[in-house]
Amino acid sequence: MRAAPASPPTPAELRELALTELEYQALMEQLGRVPNRLELGMLGALWSEHCSYKTSKALLRQLPSAGERVVQGPGENAGVVDLGDDLLCCFKIESHNHPSAIEPVQGAATGVGGILRDVFAMGARPVALLDGIRFGDLDDPRQRHRFARVVEGIGWYGNCIGVPTVGGETYFDDAYQHNCLVNAMCVGLARRDQLVRARASGPGNPLLLVGADTGRDGIHGATFASVQLDEAAEGRRPAVQVGNPFLEKCLLEACLELTGDPDLIGLQDCGAAGLTSSCAEMAHRGGVGLEIAVDQVSRREQGMTPYEVMLSESQERMVLVVQRGSEDRFRAAFQRWGLHSDVVGRVIEEPLFRIVENGEEVASVPLQVLVSGFPERHPESRAPDIRSLLSADPLERTPPWSLEEAWLRLLASPNCGDSHWVWRQYDHQVGDDTVLGPGGDAAVLRLRGRGDALALTVDSAHRSASLNPRRATAIAVAEAVRNLACVGAEPLGITNCLNFGDPDRPEIMWQLEEAVAGLAEAALAMGIPVVSGNVSLYNQFDGQGIPPTPTLGLVGLLPDLSRRLGAGFTRAGDLVALVGPAGAGISGVELGGSEYQRLAHGVLEGPAPELDLPAEARSAAAIRAAINRGLLSSAHDCSLGGLAVTLAESALLGGIGARIKPPLGLPDRPPPSWHFGLLFGESQGRYLVSLEPSQLEAVRALFVEHGTPFSTLGQVGGSVIAIEGLAEVGLEVARSTWAGAIPERLEPARAARS
Amino acid sequence: MSVRFGIAVFPGTWSDRDCAHAVELAGAEAVPLWHADRDLKGSDVVILPGGFAYGDYLRAGAIARFAPLMEAVQEHAQAGGLVLGICNGFQVLCEAGMLPGALLRNASLQFRCQPACLRVETTQTPFLSGCQKGQVLQVPVSHGEGRFYADRETLAQLNAQGRVALRYCEADGALSWEANPNGSLENIAGILNERGNVLGMMPHPERACELLLGSDDGMQLFQSAIQHLAALPA
Repeated sequence: MRAAPASPPTPAELRELALTELEYQALMEQLGRVPNRLELGMLGALWSEHCSYKTSKALLRQLPSAGERVVQGPGENAGVVDLGDDLLCCFKIESHNHPSAIEPVQGAATGVGGILRDVFAMGARPVALLDGIRFGDLDDPRQRHRFARVVEGIGWYGNCIGVPTVGGETYFDDAYQHNCLVNAMCVGLARRDQLVRARASGPGNPLLLVGADTGRDGIHGATFASVQLDEAAEGRRPAVQVGNPFLEKCLLEACLELTGDPDLIGLQDCGAAGLTSSCAEMAHRGGVGLEIAVDQVSRREQGMTPYEVMLSESQERMVLVVQRGSEDRFRAAFQRWGLHSDVVGRVIEEPLFRIVENGEEVASVPLQVLVSGFPERHPESRAPDIRSLLSADPLERTPPWSLEEAWLRLLASPNCGDSHWVWRQYDHQVGDDTVLGPGGDAAVLRLRGRGDALALTVDSAHRSASLNPRRATAIAVAEAVRNLACVGAEPLGITNCLNFGDPDRPEIMWQLEEAVAGLAEAALAMGIPVVSGNVSLYNQFDGQGIPPTPTLGLVGLLPDLSRRLGAGFTRAGDLVALVGPAGAGISGVELGGSEYQRLAHGVLEGPAPELDLPAEARSAAAIRAAINRGLLSSAHDCSLGGLAVTLAESALLGGIGARIKPPLGLPDRPPPSWHFGLLFGESQGRYLVSLEPSQLEAVRALFVEHGTPFSTLGQVGGSVIAIEGLAEVGLEVARSTWAGAIPERLEPARAARS
Repeated sequence: MSVRFGIAVFPGTWSDRDCAHAVELAGAEAVPLWHADRDLKGSDVVILPGGFAYGDYLRAGAIARFAPLMEAVQEHAQAGGLVLGICNGFQVLCEAGMLPGALLRNASLQFRCQPACLRVETTQTPFLSGCQKGQVLQVPVSHGEGRFYADRETLAQLNAQGRVALRYCEADGALSWEANPNGSLENIAGILNERGNVLGMMPHPERACELLLGSDDGMQLFQSAIQHLAALPA
């Protein structure tokens, strides 16, 4: 049986696996012996933050995950909600930050590939991709390169595999210069009887591995994702996997042909920690054991050890458990798609994860220990002393620019500017269902044979997150709900990706705790279940962490597709109105954490925008009702860049100007930046809508009925965007400024030409 | 009897489902044609759809031309049968020698997914017989390698024989560099073989068959082909 007892690992070996001394002790206690190197490697991978969520697990339990429509909450490959009539929607967002920082094209591409597999592993056909990406300032050539290459990687994978990339969010701030964020979301559809779970059962049933051969790529990827980046990280390139969207397309089609087959018991993709994680989790969920014969795994290179085979993160591989006797039928079905498959193991009764090589046992670990034996971590958490920052009044700063110049500078910021440069590189139409693609508040995909439609959005925490992570995260939920409301859709479920720094630093742990609490509060208040998610910690470089960045994907349903609305003004003569409070904060306007503050003063100070969750729920319901009764011409969420940028966007998207009056009158002794707060403050709960004058009374009555403030501000028309008495810009100047925000920084020569 | 469109499925093809949807909207029947079979299943029209057949390894379309199905497609075309190559399908037709020229990397060196206007240059093909010469169709493009290139002689021949089917243009039909999404020579978006029964085009007409998705101009290609076939003596 087992060879001579293993020698205890050295501290250096434990460090390599990112296992602490304490964790090693816990492992020894449960195992009752010294693990051999293969066992230790598998334990290290599964006990990594990336696979185990050992630091965040206790926090994540606070998130509401139940709901009438929830078919599958957290714990599977993806969350699932019921769309009615036996149609299910399956979705998840996941990070691929560390690999994208090292090798942007492949890192981003394999992020897309991984999230696609999570969705089709559930038996769902992927119908949409979205992404949330963040980089440092584009004035830095390194950031330009990283950004352009990440976009290329996302596009390459999605375009090749034929799943439309329909939306997302792009953001730039110096704080992300060392740790870019690449979060990819996939949404799929399945008939109820096609839904597959990643569970093994039935001792004696064979385990199949299908897809790519196993190579030495990506070994320790899960561990790599659980430590911070440093200068030496460049040398970790071998920990980044290489994608093959063509192979994945074949895998996707083959798997979807097989879902619904009564002999298919469990299906799971091989993601982080490869065969070890996928197989162990599948067995553990099913309450059985697995025996894997590593010698049966087809390899890309010779001389691979069991350790390398079990921990390889070669992409485009799936494992499945099928009914004994049906394996040849499954293998033939894969073969038709040119896919090689091997029977690499079998289900066993004992809940053990046993690895054999040429008949010899080389590892055997109880699944209980492997999958859930890790000690949960509760690192110390401590709020940083930021009182002086929080109590600073951003309105007291002297503005460096005129209102008009500030307006144009905001439109020229890549964060507020047109992101067309990004999404024209993504096929956002394949599938013939994209009714509203990227560039609006939310993407809308029709559901075939039904009158309703899916609405999708990705939103991240407000910039004030470093000072008030709880509020800023709740704001992300509110903003996502507003984005869906703007097209007329009601939220069904949230998927979240929590991007944070090193949780062993007390202030980062505090950020994580606060952000999760904010997410839970907002999700509860708005009645939206959180059905899937991913945590990405250690987004840190040389001791400097990223700002807390929870990114949310929200899926909603638009009851009547024909009522969908866009964000752009549609006709001259329409009235422009503000839905939501005209003012907020002590002085009536807020600038804390705004994009204006970042651009004008390069600081983050002052209270985060106020947030009234019940009022948000009411106003979203009111907007949806108005849209579904056909009362509005356009609706746009008022967020980044404030009222002035929102007004400009509606004008630019519609190709027509507008003239409005300021929503508030000047106070007696206004602080120096008061007008800037009025125009560019990011107060919450607001929408800018347009409507035909004949609808005014009906609309007003509807908002009164919903207890939501509504005030008309002006009218659509002309070729100027104006806020009376304060600022105005010509539509064409605004357009060239806004459209050039990204291309001007990336390729000045080319932008000038076209 | 309804017209039958066979839609090729290579490993890596992805607009097969969209094409089937468009064909059905046009009132015809769509059947999938598997790359490894030589069987056209009695198709009246064969569509080679968009995608990345065989991963586009080597060059786009370079491996697909060797698929057993392509032998049957060649025979079908030689017998005067209709063949429509869209996007990757156009690349396959060029690689297979069924159409002249080649499709190079976009001049921008980037993938482009955007609306495009196409000017109908000839109606001497069953795919455009229902259109007017000079008519402008709105049909989107979505490709990374769509820059049509041919040597001077071939280009002169295509022009002289009226085999340029579609050119990228402005909304009013004017040709301009700005309207050209990929840098194609002479704004060429689609070309015909000598008999006019084989059309290769980079834009995606199957994405422009419903106003809900932005345009239904692409429907004219499918309907023209259906009407042409219906008018043939049985």
